[in-house]
Amino acid sequence: MRIAVTSALVATMMASTAMAGGHAGCADGKTLEEGVLTIATGNPAYYPWVLDDAPESGEGFEAAVAYAVAAEMGFEADAVKWVRTSFDEAIQPGAKDFDFNMQQYSITPEREMMIDFSEPYYSSAMAVLTTGAVVDGGAEATIASLKGLKWGAVATTTAVPMIAGLIAPDSDPLLYGDNTDVTAALQAGQIDAALFDLPTALYLSAVVVENGAILGQFPADRSEAPDQFGLLMEDGNALKECVDGALAALKDSGALAELEAQWLQQATGVPVIE
Amino acid sequence: MSAKLVLSGVRKRFGDNEVCKGIDLTVQEGQMVCLIGASGSGKSTLLRCINLLEPVDDGTILLDGRDIAEPGLDPQPVRARIGMVFQSYNLFPHMTAAENVMLAPRRVHGRSRSDLQAPVTALFERFNLGDRMGHYPDQLSGGQQQRVAIIRALAMQPEIMLFDEITSALDPELVGEVLDVLRSLRAEGMTMILATHEMAFAQEVADKVCFLDKGRILEEGPPETIFGAPREARTAAFLSRVL
Amino acid sequence: MSGSETTAGGLSRRAAYEARQRKRAMRVAAGSTAAVVLALVLLVPLAPGWEKVQRSFFNGEVFAKTFPGLLEAFLTNIYIFAWCAPLIAVLGLVIALCRDVRAPALYPLRLFGAIYTDVFRGLPVILVIYLVGFGIPGLGLPRPWNSPYIWGSLALILVYAAYVAEIIRSGIDSIHGSQRAAAASLGLNEKDTMRFVVLPQAIRNVAPANMNMFIALQKDVALLSFIGPVEIFRQAGVYKSLMANFTPYVGAALIFLAVTIPATRYADYLMQKQRRART
Ligand SMILES: Nc1ncnc2c1ncn2[C@@H]1O[C@H](COP(=O)(O)OP(=O)(O)OP(=O)(O)O)[C@@H](O)[C@H]1O
Ligand SMILES: [Mg+2]
Repeated sequence: MRIAVTSALVATMMASTAMAGGHAGCADGKTLEEGVLTIATGNPAYYPWVLDDAPESGEGFEAAVAYAVAAEMGFEADAVKWVRTSFDEAIQPGAKDFDFNMQQYSITPEREMMIDFSEPYYSSAMAVLTTGAVVDGGAEATIASLKGLKWGAVATTTAVPMIAGLIAPDSDPLLYGDNTDVTAALQAGQIDAALFDLPTALYLSAVVVENGAILGQFPADRSEAPDQFGLLMEDGNALKECVDGALAALKDSGALAELEAQWLQQATGVPVIE
Repeated sequence: MSAKLVLSGVRKRFGDNEVCKGIDLTVQEGQMVCLIGASGSGKSTLLRCINLLEPVDDGTILLDGRDIAEPGLDPQPVRARIGMVFQSYNLFPHMTAAENVMLAPRRVHGRSRSDLQAPVTALFERFNLGDRMGHYPDQLSGGQQQRVAIIRALAMQPEIMLFDEITSALDPELVGEVLDVLRSLRAEGMTMILATHEMAFAQEVADKVCFLDKGRILEEGPPETIFGAPREARTAAFLSRVL
Repeated sequence: MSGSETTAGGLSRRAAYEARQRKRAMRVAAGSTAAVVLALVLLVPLAPGWEKVQRSFFNGEVFAKTFPGLLEAFLTNIYIFAWCAPLIAVLGLVIALCRDVRAPALYPLRLFGAIYTDVFRGLPVILVIYLVGFGIPGLGLPRPWNSPYIWGSLALILVYAAYVAEIIRSGIDSIHGSQRAAAASLGLNEKDTMRFVVLPQAIRNVAPANMNMFIALQKDVALLSFIGPVEIFRQAGVYKSLMANFTPYVGAALIFLAVTIPATRYADYLMQKQRRART
């Protein structure tokens, strides 16, 4: 026990000397395991958030942000431990087996009543994923045109209230358990369009959906129904302050924007929906 | 009197067990023939063969001179001409007594319910069941059920009736009412074959008694001879056991 | 406690005794039930995590907000059930009859019936729903013929008909040969024997077992949500995600129970009635 504490102290000291202006030390005694930062992601974790479902590589936007936050908090890369959870595991009452959980969780006031979120690390544009056939059929990037489409979304995401809030389509949307089922329904012609965060939509349209297309986007800085991702933590987690400090530092230094530029495709050329 | 039914050399086997080993039997129009014999001697099987419920392996069965045992013959029209009543009544439990009786005339003879109403009611009344037509089998006593089963067979206006130990499942005090029905049928000249353990009754009403032993008719003749002076030792032995 | 009061009411000695026993049994049962409930109500909240569990699963505010939406979504379950159940009954009967045909010319039907029941009873329902619900529309059917409601329902119908067919067939087998013999002796053909004599009894005999199948179907309708339809279970999942709270599932469970418990009781009652009738 003493050895572990000592080595953790050493690691902390090393980290704090390495990172000028960092928040090293703020996590002391607040993590699950002393000297180790346990981070949860999805099972599987999806591109482009995590490449090849291997967060340990630090490749992919969320994986990269995770290591940057960890470093900012004073954890070496090898002091970061990854675990996997479903959404339900993340919100169930009782002890958590992670310090924070990152898998594109949107911050909403309702959710904040049950769990804690960090400050946002990403503001997501929402994009309309569809197929070439639907575009050829005359669908356009206008609300009026979108209303007439048959919509689909992943049931556990904030895309569901956004479809209702931003588009209010004529018929009720169909909802699915995961991305794969949404694209299957799109392919089967059971839905015309689905709402995803822009990076996911770009990936799905380019790689997964045959003849996929992005019809348009609701840009990230919209005022109505904004979608911001935060790190999810147990309600009342003492670590929140430390995590928020680290994120603020990354934003101030421009490091977060750099990671975004590096890992998330540029959304240029996707028309904005009026 | 003419021969209504003539069996010659009728054989029936179940696997290795030959149950009818060449049966010859002649039944005259209006005759009542009783089959007696030990349990397992083949009485039921013989009746089921006549009714074509069991296909016959060999031999002929002439009904009005026509061979009904011919392989490949459609059995349904033949069965419609021969009525059969079973030891365990076999009424259809989900139908009322009247529905039990009307089903076959409706489906086989294509008669309507309204057509059948009068004759069926008459049959029920004749056998003192006029007030039981709307009852389900489980609301009837054993004797009443067996009488309904007889009415059901009679409603098809059969030319011959086969009875397979129809009183064996009845309480003793109910046997009489069923035997009365048989007496009444005999009085009106119905041709009947009856497998029975009621020796006194056979003695009283049979025109001919056949003693079956291990799949053969060992001895046949008028009841006075069979019961009074049997020719075969086996017959005598059987009778001494049951009388 | 004086027994003379009750016997004075004109009851036989035995009836009076049994009435006393019943009253006593009821008092004991009520007492022990109350004790168990009381223990649960008092002890569970003492558990250290209870407050959090209560907030996540039994949250009054969330319940009030989501329950009307859940009820509305339950209508979808009812619709799907309502059109699946009769089709399952019909198809199940047809398959059962296929398996019972004896004419050699119809042997292919018999073979088909056997393969059908083997295959669809051997597959998980959810797999059939995915295969039929996404696969067939994927062949390029135009809307509305590619609707997940149609093909998802078909998947349920195919699977449940296989079970119902087996139940009906066991019912047919349970009818004693003497019933067929009696019908045959009257000159009825095989078709009429089946239709008027065997089937009515067979179906009545297996009614309770089929009741249980339909209770299971009522629950499995929720599986259709995997291919899009927003029925109660999916709606509860949406609420759960939006509010990070499991209370909507509890609401959905209550609605399910409100339907399935009376149905189960009724099936049990039928089964008991039948047992009594047989003995
Ligand atoms: N369907 C069948 N399959 C095989 N064996 C049978 C069948 N029906 C009858 N048997 C056999 O045929 C023999 C004669 O039976 P059957 O019922 O004709 O006798 P029975 O004279 O009517 O006897 P009982 O007085 O007990 O009614 C018995 O050994 C019986 O086991
Ligand atoms: Mg017999």
